[in-house]
Amino acid sequence: MSVAATVVLAGAHQAYLLQARQMQALSFSVHIPLVCFGIAFPAMILFVEWLYLRTGDELYRTLARRWTRVMAALFAVGVITGTLLSFEMGLLWPSFTATFGSVFGLGFAIEGFSFFMEAIFIGIYIYGWDRLSPRAHFWSAIPIVISGFTGSLMVIAVNAWMNHPSGFRLSAGRAVDVHPLTALFHNSFLWPELVHMYIAGYIVTGFLLAGAYAFGRLRGRWGRYERTALAIPLAIAALASPVQVLIGDWAARDIATSQPVKLAAIEGLAKTTKGAPEHLLGWYTEGQVKYGIAIPKMLSLLAFHNPDATVKGLDTVPANRQPPVNVVRVSFQLMVGIGTLLAALGTIYLFVRVRHRRLPESVWFYRALLLAGPASLVALIAGWVTTEVGRQPWVVYKVMLTSQAVTGASGIPIGYATLALVYLGVAVAVVWILRRLAAMPIDAHGPPSSAPAARQAG
Amino acid sequence: MHLYELPLLFVLVGLVFYVVLAGADFGAGFWQLAAGRGEAGARVRDHAHDSMAAVWEANHVWLIFVLTVLWTAYPRAFGAIASTLSLPLFIAAIGIILRGAAYALRAGASSASERRPIDTVFALSSILTPFALGTMLGAIASRRVPVGNAAGGLFSSWTGATSILVGVLAIANCAYLAAVFLAADAARLNERELEDGFRRRALAAGVLAGACAIAGLAVLHTDAHPLYSRLLHSSALAAMIVSILAGSATLELVRRRSFALARYSAALAVAAVIAGWGLAQNPTLLPGLSVRAAAAPHDTLVAVVVAVLAGAVILFPSLALLFRLQLAGRLDHGSAASSHPAPGGSLLSASAPGLLTRLAGACLLAGFGFLTIAEAGWAHALGVFALFGFLILGFAALEFASEHDRPLGAGSGEA
Ligand code: HDD
Ligand code: HEM
Ligand code: HEM
Repeated sequence: MSVAATVVLAGAHQAYLLQARQMQALSFSVHIPLVCFGIAFPAMILFVEWLYLRTGDELYRTLARRWTRVMAALFAVGVITGTLLSFEMGLLWPSFTATFGSVFGLGFAIEGFSFFMEAIFIGIYIYGWDRLSPRAHFWSAIPIVISGFTGSLMVIAVNAWMNHPSGFRLSAGRAVDVHPLTALFHNSFLWPELVHMYIAGYIVTGFLLAGAYAFGRLRGRWGRYERTALAIPLAIAALASPVQVLIGDWAARDIATSQPVKLAAIEGLAKTTKGAPEHLLGWYTEGQVKYGIAIPKMLSLLAFHNPDATVKGLDTVPANRQPPVNVVRVSFQLMVGIGTLLAALGTIYLFVRVRHRRLPESVWFYRALLLAGPASLVALIAGWVTTEVGRQPWVVYKVMLTSQAVTGASGIPIGYATLALVYLGVAVAVVWILRRLAAMPIDAHGPPSSAPAARQAG
Repeated sequence: MHLYELPLLFVLVGLVFYVVLAGADFGAGFWQLAAGRGEAGARVRDHAHDSMAAVWEANHVWLIFVLTVLWTAYPRAFGAIASTLSLPLFIAAIGIILRGAAYALRAGASSASERRPIDTVFALSSILTPFALGTMLGAIASRRVPVGNAAGGLFSSWTGATSILVGVLAIANCAYLAAVFLAADAARLNERELEDGFRRRALAAGVLAGACAIAGLAVLHTDAHPLYSRLLHSSALAAMIVSILAGSATLELVRRRSFALARYSAALAVAAVIAGWGLAQNPTLLPGLSVRAAAAPHDTLVAVVVAVLAGAVILFPSLALLFRLQLAGRLDHGSAASSHPAPGGSLLSASAPGLLTRLAGACLLAGFGFLTIAEAGWAHALGVFALFGFLILGFAALEFASEHDRPLGAGSGEA
């Protein structure tokens, strides 16, 4: 491979742009599910510990401690996968970082402090179970919950800026007149994205956890411990999933104005249309959606609250500035379809809980719950594919092409293959450890996150 | 000191913390590999693991800090470094991933035979990572990283003598720091045998690291002459002398078993080397790129400085808390009898669930109205708050209802 470029913005010649993108996508797809646990798990554990403090019921303490072990393992993997992502800012997209680091970098710098707080207090929380006073231990988790939020705020601020850039001018390929605070936080795109992702964290964590205990129930494990462990995350996920539909709709309306091409790709709308229809399912070919169910004027109504509004189509930009329609469209439909089903499942649960004051009894409910966890993960990744692939070919919307951002270094396919192998190993390791933790007897009171047989100190 | 140099100072300070704190964690991995077999080896490995378990994630974040400040304040330098040195950077990444995964795995391992291979992966990656990161510093120091997108050689840029030297020095340094820290921990735990073992290791590694550093000057003389001459002819020299003094003092302190002090003098020795490097390198960051030219625009620099200073205000007290708890043995394994809270009564006395449910429903409706129907920005903000109100009130209604009459919990008494 020739290594040609010398000037920062000069798009390096990179024959393996697609592999670089896939490597980025792989890294994200591994990190983001773990991040969901970073967002939502501490709050859930904290709530259970609070129940313990209030009632003195040992069951809550056992539950919180067992969850703490899971959190510890997932956090460690979250840290390393996140580290890889920050390396990739230079490994894969050095021109992007070199050109715009001064604009968006502040977000990551502040995020660094969130990570500090998270890591520090997670250390204290995990290892302080037996040594700190119950009250001090409880309080040590508050910073974890807060930094889970600020951490996502900062990354999302960067991503929102990439999707809706402002706060700088370009002059001879360099960013000048830079106002990082404006760029990051004075951005209408940030808020729907942040809330949507934050709630997604609770949905994913809630359904995955509840699903684990639903599996137990289907296998006949259904004591008071399991019922409690199922009810708490399920309550959260069930409440959050109908809300997510409303937030998602808000995000879509935002896109309609700020990223019309992405919306056109999401909907498979080839030409600018007045009173545009919405298509459910189907496949986009030759400028139209085939085999889909068309709902007249629905798109205009949803996007602009006006059945006769004009929706911009893909034809507003040249073909080489359009994202791959079907990838975006299928991902979006997957997310919305799953999101709707999850909202339905959540509503059923809420109804039974409020009306009959008990957990649902039907086996089918628990079977559905078993699926809801993995499905919410699919929705999560599909949502990110919609956002990121929908922005293509731009890395910074209408400012920098992904092909200009990519590294000029050779060896991307080797790196990609290596990473894929390593992550496969990590995935196997995570599954192994989760099963190990689940198999530990419920009343085990060993120290969290360390081998039960570990040397006893002091 | 100019504004455009301030973030670089932060980067160097972050680097010192990373090298000292995370370096000691890497070194702990090194000693796991060298621990040998059998019962004694297992005890060394467990001690090394336990000593860093509560702190390694926090220590690791210093690296993230260094990277993010670098790419925000000196984006062009970051782009050049990361693209030219993509190979060692990737190797370091893989090392970090394997290391963290091995750490997580250890929690699930239930027997010594399961822990062995996990510790081996952990140890190997603990050696690989500092070496790779060290070669990167060596490449920058020996001016092998040109400005541009992957403008330097994929291999040649980080395989020069200086790179190899710094890589090896990084490993030696990690081993040395770790031995000092682990000896101190063993002394704190009254583990005499472990203490003696790590004291011996600290002395050996210290002498070795010192010898490496001095031999390294010869390498710099031929391979990185500009740096060499600046090291010896400027204020950098003072830093070098401090480093040598602190290093010798550490050896003496370790010999006398004053481990608590030795921790600090060892850290000082490392800090002085990095300070010396920074002084010798100033004002050029990369060949043809001065610190000033590399720096981000004014507003960004101000924002970074303010953010870092403000962050430091919350960071350092938190770090102090973490290390104080750790050094006081409050984060060790094993259970000290902890007090249990007095059993309280029911969580909620009133017939609140019904009210809460209704309030939650009202919030949901309001959220729908403000967020979905209304168009104005302020209405959307209200709508989001209302929806969060729905989530919180709804959760309270569900949980308090279950607590109140225990329809979920009052089972047939299985545990
Ligand atoms: C549990 C996961 C989950 C669920 C159930 C939904 N979403 Fe979502 N969605 C995400 C998880 C997600 C996400 C976290 O993956 C994304 C990627 C970027 C973002 O901010 O959130 C996303 C992005 C995203 C975008 C693109 C935003 C952009 O490009 O910036 C839109 C328009 C929607 N979503 C709309 C919806 C709708 C209408 C849903 C309901 C039916 C829905 N989402 C359910
Ligand atoms: C910072 C520099 C970033 C660059 C250069 C970048 C670029 C890319 C590229 C090129 C892809 C692959 C798209 C494809 O498969 O066609 C991608 C995927 C992705 N990006 Fe970004 N992105 C960046 C930041 C972010 C941020 C900050 C987030 C989230 C907060 C994010 C979320 C994602 C996700 C989830 C995917 C996976 C999509 C998939 O599975 O295909 N990206 N990104
Ligand atoms: C370009 C994109 C991203 C980068 C560079 C990145 C970087 C990192 C890093 C370095 C860590 C480790 C922190 C530590 O050492 O403690 C981390 C963890 C984390 N990241 Fe990401 N990340 C990215 C995307 C995301 C996204 C999309 C989210 C979600 C909103 C997110 C939220 C978090 C959270 C909450 C953690 C805490 C660790 C955990 O709980 O597992 N990050 N990330």
